[in-house]
Amino acid sequence: MRLYAAVAVSGFKRYATYRVATVAGVFTNTVFGFILAYTYTALWDERPHLGGYDLAQALTFVWLGQALLAAVALMGGGFQEELQERIRSGDIAVDLYRPVDLQLWWLATELGRALFQLLGRGVVPMAVGALVFELRLPASPLTWLWFLLSVVLAVCVGFAVRYLVSLAAFWLLDGTGLAMLSGLLCLFFSGMILPLNVFPGQLGEIARALPWAAMLQVPADVFLEEHRGPGLLRAFVFQAGWAVALLAAGRALQSAATRKVVVQGG
Amino acid sequence: MWVRSTMAYRTSFLIMTLGNLLATGLDFVAIALMFTHIGELGGFTLDEVAFLYGTTSVAFGLADLTLGTMGRLGSRVRDGTMDTLLVRPVPILAQVAADRFALRRLGRITQGVLVLGWSLSRLDIDWTVDRALLMPVALLSGGVIFGALFVLGGAFQFWAKDASEVQNAFTFGGTTLLEYPPTVFGKELLRGVTFVVPLAFVNWLPALHILGRPNPLGLPGWIGFAAPLVACGCCAVAGLAWRAGLRAYQSTGS
Repeated sequence: MRLYAAVAVSGFKRYATYRVATVAGVFTNTVFGFILAYTYTALWDERPHLGGYDLAQALTFVWLGQALLAAVALMGGGFQEELQERIRSGDIAVDLYRPVDLQLWWLATELGRALFQLLGRGVVPMAVGALVFELRLPASPLTWLWFLLSVVLAVCVGFAVRYLVSLAAFWLLDGTGLAMLSGLLCLFFSGMILPLNVFPGQLGEIARALPWAAMLQVPADVFLEEHRGPGLLRAFVFQAGWAVALLAAGRALQSAATRKVVVQGG
Repeated sequence: MWVRSTMAYRTSFLIMTLGNLLATGLDFVAIALMFTHIGELGGFTLDEVAFLYGTTSVAFGLADLTLGTMGRLGSRVRDGTMDTLLVRPVPILAQVAADRFALRRLGRITQGVLVLGWSLSRLDIDWTVDRALLMPVALLSGGVIFGALFVLGGAFQFWAKDASEVQNAFTFGGTTLLEYPPTVFGKELLRGVTFVVPLAFVNWLPALHILGRPNPLGLPGWIGFAAPLVACGCCAVAGLAWRAGLRAYQSTGS
């Protein structure tokens, strides 16, 4: 356990060294936040209470998305590229010899990275958004705590999805195409482009049941206090359920891939 | 060479091109989903928004295809492989552009053309000579303006080293902005993208003239024809910045 904590700390430190990149990221998130906030204002002007949100809630959703984009890696990234490169080059063979669990190792680095990104790239855009627009911030301090728990679960689900995608590199060798496709699906089905409760009819129901919903829509709804009492519990069960199921799938795929690893090494 | 190397991983290439087609496609699906709830956004119909969307997508796709690799320049400056480009007897800008040239980016242009074609088939545009002429001119100048932004961002990397995200704010952020009607945004922002970072010339100003819409800032309709001039100006600025950046470049290590 101490080992994985150390790995997480090193994941945090590693991203903390890129200061200019962090500032640049904050700038980009803020610019996108403004563009989306203006479009959403026009949209909610036409249809107030669209998807059950009022304008303040919709704008809060926009800025939450920008704040969580890097932390939950909604566009992909994080450990993914490195792991795929190690699989492609065959270095993964060395990793498999190590007396640590491969999946837990990468999950630990991911949690460290996410914590840094949440602080480094999340707080400032959210603060700017709250200063310029009228946002709906949680009234109860307890909600902030529930929100953080929900974000941790979101990071786990995001990790589990990208771990599965990365392992596909064992079969495809060059996994960049699949990684890109997965990033795009995530942007669309997490609610990043448009909140999932605005999706019409059946499409909306399906989108809200998919694992990507656990990555932005659910934490945002927890923040907006849309889930209360038993609803809150259901939201956490939904997130944790997907996290466990996908991590287990990753584990199964990993053992299948390990049996195949000889291919590159000869 | 990069085209052939991409082809080595054929499945991945196919997925990637499809992914690129889908990439901007899902953006448009999101806009279409918005229009299931509303008839107009900022006074523009779905067909008109599709026109704005298609023109930006094509212009951006042209720039991305030729100069999209500028974003990687920062990592070259960081790890010192920039030096290998400097000693070759080929213009450095051309080398950076060809570096990891990715054919998959054709997906974006294809998708833009499809949406643009769809919108043109549904819009009832009064095709006067000047409007018909403005169309190709606007698409090309738009591509050049985005291209100049890519080069400008690349030049910035010589100093900032790992700030490719700032470039994304202007390029990818710019496309997101231009996909929506100008009436959606505040006047301050419109002034900014008309006079400071002239993104409005990529498609908004020409499009307003083609669609026969008044300019929210009260600018005359012919302003759209200034797009090629603005594009030339952008190139000049980007060229100067690029040369200054190269001069300021210090290699890593001893």
